[in-house]
Amino acid sequence: MHELAVTQDILRIALEEGQANRAAKVTGIYMTIGQLSSIVDDSVQFYWDHISAGTICEGAKLHFNRPTAVMQCQKCGFEFEMDDELIPCPQCSSFDLAVVAGDEMTVDEIEFLGEETSA
Amino acid sequence: MPERVEIVRKILDSNDRLALENRKRLDENQILGLNLMASPGAGKTSFILETIKRLPAQVKLGVIEGDTAPVTIDSDKILAAGRPAVQINTGGDCHLDAVMVEMALDQLPLKQLDLVIVENVGNLICPAAFKLGTHANVLIASIPEGDDKPYKYTNIYRDLDVLIINKTDLLPYIDFRMDYFTTGVQALNPGLVTFPVSCKTGEGMDAWIAWLMGRLELNKK
Repeated sequence: MHELAVTQDILRIALEEGQANRAAKVTGIYMTIGQLSSIVDDSVQFYWDHISAGTICEGAKLHFNRPTAVMQCQKCGFEFEMDDELIPCPQCSSFDLAVVAGDEMTVDEIEFLGEETSA
Repeated sequence: MPERVEIVRKILDSNDRLALENRKRLDENQILGLNLMASPGAGKTSFILETIKRLPAQVKLGVIEGDTAPVTIDSDKILAAGRPAVQINTGGDCHLDAVMVEMALDQLPLKQLDLVIVENVGNLICPAAFKLGTHANVLIASIPEGDDKPYKYTNIYRDLDVLIINKTDLLPYIDFRMDYFTTGVQALNPGLVTFPVSCKTGEGMDAWIAWLMGRLELNKK
């Protein structure tokens, strides 16, 4: 839903890191975006194609790692995967749950061609 | 051959940093900032207007109104109630962010204010991802929206400081299971401060005002 703002920030990070690494061209961006973040990959890709045009990131391939949400029951300790909708612990039916994974939103790695290699 | 380098940077971190700047600015002026969120039609503006009516006159309040369309319907109502208001038009964006709030703060008489209420864009998804720099997140849930919202919009409920349940006057007419709703809320946010109110009848508003006055008091110290 707010993919434009997220994509702009991904581009900002990629440009900064690309420049810091003296990249002539950024060819790939590796991200972890947890399922709980309600971000749609296709939508990010759509905005990316527009806003990265004319920068050193143009044409970079976006790689999404989408970890599913993992919750831990605070009553019985059981860990289980959850989709968008909140469900109780399948083991003991408690709703007392903590997020273990699935709310990540990071740019992890960039792949690039250096100034010399591309020349 | 392309090289790969590990960076691991948080997305939207720049927004979070700017939000901290906004917070600093509010603190320097001893202003309490509230981020008021809800779905469209839950009664955000009505709730602010009812709050204005009941707040003692010595509490100086300013309002930032966020809307996706270039309208001033909401800010006009606040101005008509005699309080300063700034309208933000997000130009289609589904949420407010720290930059928009920074620009709105520029237009408010901060030195004279004790309280700033930011009315976010009506939406239960996107506003949850953007910190504004306000001190507390307040969500208005309203009875006609249904009792399953905490189960469907988990992110917004996880990050709340106060929950308002509005339109309680409609409870006799709508199949809203308060137990089911509360179970979902407690799962996401145990012990969340909650005020059931009706902006129509005024029921429950006094308890909210009492909480707000307490928070304002804490903020002055």
